[in-house]
Amino acid sequence: MNLTLYVWRQKGPKDAGRLVRYEAKDITPDMSFLEMLDVVNEGLVRNSDDPIAFDHDCREGICGMCALVINGIPQGPQKKTTICQLHMRHFKNGDTIYVEPLRARAFPVIRDLVVDRGSLDRIIQSGGYISTHTGGVPDGNAILVPKNDADKAMDAAECIGCGACVAACPNGSAMLFTAAKVTQLATLPQGRTEAARRVCVMTEEMLSQGFGNCGNHYECQAACPKGIKVQFIAKLNREFIKAKLT
Amino acid sequence: MVLDGKTPSGPLHEKWDKRKQEMKLVSPANKRKYRIIVVGTGLAGASAAATLGELGYNVEAFCFQDTPRRGHSIAAQGGINAAKNYPSDGDSIERLFMDTIKGGDFRAREANVYRLASVSGNIIDQAVAQGVPFARDYAGYLDNRSFGGAQVSRTFYARGQTGQQLLLGAYGSLMRQIRAGSVRLHPRTEMLDLVTVNGEAKGITVRDLVTGEVSSYAADAVCLATGGYTNVFNLSTNAAGSNVTAAYRAYKKGALFANPCFTQIHPTCIPVTGEHQSKLTLMSESLRNDGRVWVPKNKDDKRKASDIPEPERDYFLERKYPAFGNLAPRDIASRAAKEVCDEGRGVGPGGRGVYLDFANAIDRLGEGTIRERYGNLFEMYEQITAENAYHQPMRIYPAPHYTMGGLWVDYNLESTIPGLFVLGEANFSDHGANRLGASALMQGLADGYFIISYTIANYLARTTPGAVTSDHAEFLKSREDVACFTGKLLAINGKRTVNDFHRELGRLMWENVGMARSEASLKSALSLIPRLRAEFWENVKVTGTGSELNQQLEKAGRVADFLEFGELMAADALHRNESCGGHFRVEYEMPDGEAKRDDENFCYVAAWEYKGADKAPELHKEPLAFENVKLAVRSYK
Amino acid sequence: MLPTSSVGRKLVMAATGQLMVLFIILHVLGNATIYFGLLNAYAAHLHALPPLVWSFRLGLIILFSFHIFYGIALTLENNAAKPQSYVMRNDLSATFAGRNMVWTGAVIGSFLIYHLLHFTVQVTNPALAAAKHMDTLGRPDVVRMVIKSFQDLGIASVYLLSMTALWLHLSHGIQSSFQTWGLNSEQSLPIIKRAGAFAAIVLFLAYIAVPVLIAMKIVR
Repeated sequence: MNLTLYVWRQKGPKDAGRLVRYEAKDITPDMSFLEMLDVVNEGLVRNSDDPIAFDHDCREGICGMCALVINGIPQGPQKKTTICQLHMRHFKNGDTIYVEPLRARAFPVIRDLVVDRGSLDRIIQSGGYISTHTGGVPDGNAILVPKNDADKAMDAAECIGCGACVAACPNGSAMLFTAAKVTQLATLPQGRTEAARRVCVMTEEMLSQGFGNCGNHYECQAACPKGIKVQFIAKLNREFIKAKLT
Repeated sequence: MVLDGKTPSGPLHEKWDKRKQEMKLVSPANKRKYRIIVVGTGLAGASAAATLGELGYNVEAFCFQDTPRRGHSIAAQGGINAAKNYPSDGDSIERLFMDTIKGGDFRAREANVYRLASVSGNIIDQAVAQGVPFARDYAGYLDNRSFGGAQVSRTFYARGQTGQQLLLGAYGSLMRQIRAGSVRLHPRTEMLDLVTVNGEAKGITVRDLVTGEVSSYAADAVCLATGGYTNVFNLSTNAAGSNVTAAYRAYKKGALFANPCFTQIHPTCIPVTGEHQSKLTLMSESLRNDGRVWVPKNKDDKRKASDIPEPERDYFLERKYPAFGNLAPRDIASRAAKEVCDEGRGVGPGGRGVYLDFANAIDRLGEGTIRERYGNLFEMYEQITAENAYHQPMRIYPAPHYTMGGLWVDYNLESTIPGLFVLGEANFSDHGANRLGASALMQGLADGYFIISYTIANYLARTTPGAVTSDHAEFLKSREDVACFTGKLLAINGKRTVNDFHRELGRLMWENVGMARSEASLKSALSLIPRLRAEFWENVKVTGTGSELNQQLEKAGRVADFLEFGELMAADALHRNESCGGHFRVEYEMPDGEAKRDDENFCYVAAWEYKGADKAPELHKEPLAFENVKLAVRSYK
Repeated sequence: MLPTSSVGRKLVMAATGQLMVLFIILHVLGNATIYFGLLNAYAAHLHALPPLVWSFRLGLIILFSFHIFYGIALTLENNAAKPQSYVMRNDLSATFAGRNMVWTGAVIGSFLIYHLLHFTVQVTNPALAAAKHMDTLGRPDVVRMVIKSFQDLGIASVYLLSMTALWLHLSHGIQSSFQTWGLNSEQSLPIIKRAGAFAAIVLFLAYIAVPVLIAMKIVR
């Protein structure tokens, strides 16, 4: 099939950037979206043009490195699917596709579709962990975790840190990302000790990294390729209230 | 040169304790004076950087990804082994040790494997304390599942994302140290050279992937945790960015490369659909418990699977290995699939695939049971292929997915360059010629959490902190070399793309140095690779400049290294006149298709020394002594 | 004392919002007295208790002030966090109402000022002021003022449009406030979302009933 692409091209952080039209020819339905971009790029290189820069790594939907906005939807139109697992069979011959980078103040564009998501790391750095030391920990079975809690923590822990939630949020908020980590650790007995401090410092860091506030639009949940739920944001809010009351 | 693995003397179970006693320590007040470089932030790198940072060292952590949470350890699905014996089913450190040695086809160092087994339990405790949400039973205890190559249930898991959860645990610890200031993080930074001063590793030269700036970092010791080299095959289950560059450039600086031909092929991956393919996706091997593997009896049979009548189907695994049938070991099943496809009987686009048919199982057990057992795998298969495996057979094909070979290290994880330590998949140490399922995560974390902190202190205690700075002539030369290398790549301006070369190299390696190797195929590889490499340096096209984010340039450097490394792999495979584990030479086969080992002549680690650009590498041997296990024919019957 | 954190300020938004919802429920019940001919009596009773009225008014002023202040502050922050929009925008779950809270809020705020000038201070249409026209029992004739006002289609449509803004504001705001308080689970969220939207419609209909029925000359 043949497609028309409008791809955001931006030389660097200071460049204004613009959409550039490309024709993607002879695309097969079995290609992933990234493989389609590979094909376009090889054509560009052969013509001595600069290929489109985009982040990608594992190409099996788990590393979280790839994340683009396709036709206004971060991680593309397929629900609970990352771009690398989005196959071209979901598009039709002759389709026009807009490809833009994840947009948020906290995600400055580095080049084309590549953005800097270091701000998410810094949210984790502020307290998104349990302060263990290597060695000197109790036996794994010394800490019993009810199965339901373990399952809930795992639901939250599935976040791949791709930033689609931020890009989808009208407010550029990282609340879903932050809430997923807060929920994972607050649900496990190991994480309770630091729970109060964690929720406060992480939400504070979120603001100082330039993310917006949650507007309860739930756009994040709709875009999340891993099905992380906004109930975790409610859980974060409860943890916050609890922290302030005790 | 006969290599000394520096294994401690004494009984097996006392060796590690003994070594810990012997080794020198660095006092708490002195630790902050030492700077350690850790390259790679997968399981091994992240756990090492976090642990060393917490101990008080100054750590510089590097990764080419945008954040340390993306190392390819994250893709490991199944689980992590540990000899906890929670289910009381007879597991023990000894049994895990035995299973790993046997699984590795007796080509690993006994003492290393024993140490790995003995710290395995600590890894689980550590991960639990970090908040890794392992599966639990209803009473709240840790749950175990069984895995291939073992008769006990010792695999801990977090749904199908164990690697992800363990990596995020290590990443959390690393983030904590970054905030504490003990670790400095350098994301989107690629190591392009190891710098040695007076024969010792004292730093690295890197390229900032955003600005293109080439700079150097000096340190008192360097740890490489840069993963495996499976992408030499181009198509593999590894991440697109996984590469051999860091390890290979250390090899060029004098570190020996051990057993490069030991690569593992996984039998149940989703087949290639076309030239554009960038990645192969692995599906759990458990599918073979209920699926039947077959191809049409006739060549070039283009009919739909359902239109091929029973008598015209060849259930080749059941036919060739009646005792094991569809559950034949990984390597045997993989090779058999390749054979039938070579005969022209493969199915699907390109004819590189065999059917894995669940029709019988669905008739016997009902679709519900199959959905319960493999629902998520069927979904994943449908997402990628758009085929419903409940109604038509799956198509599968083997794919490379792990490399047991790597930089040679002694018992202390130190390479032949003093001060250069190698961790995780990047070293060769623990898996011999074949790795058991759920053991990769175990090894990466054992190295990073529980071993490197002791052994690196032993080295550091003998050095003066901060003895060398990056103004040293060796650093200057290294930066010039790197700049010259990238400049050369950019100047060629030929006609073929980097991916084009990678595809051709991959095909060549897969055909000749893949899962079934022969003297002829290896010799052919050894003549074809240099030709392809020569063409690469004349005809590759890399656009853009070196002073910007340039993904083509990054990839070109990696492919350039693969084009040299492939030759080393083929040379190692050619020299090893035996079959063992993942290395299968068609000349050395038992009547039942199992690998025919030659313990008399090849019971050693083959470690190769770089001798210069156009010179053959020199082989060094580390004899393997088995004092505690008896060498036996590997058999899973 | 004043919250500076993201969640803290949103909790203020949720708390003040919910209290104001309670107020508008009370207010609409008060409105309903007009159907039973009790509006003048209701108004007279209220004004017979100045301390109650004034403490109520003070409370409302505080609620409004906080709600408006943090609403604007959060919105400015949110807009700054998303400086560039997509060329091709595609909402999956966000609604027009949710995205335009600050604008519907501004309409409601402006309306509020007008509404106070109209019916409380009674300066916009001095001819209709209840304070100047007593009913037969000597009470200020609020009913006359209301009916005469809404017979003016211009005034009626200002009220209608403003109540539309209120409806939009509440259709996002009610469910949102529950989420902010953390009173949501996977089961309850869809219910709360629907209940919030339903309550917003009910309040909207209840509020526009008076002007619409008057304008249509059903209530005279």
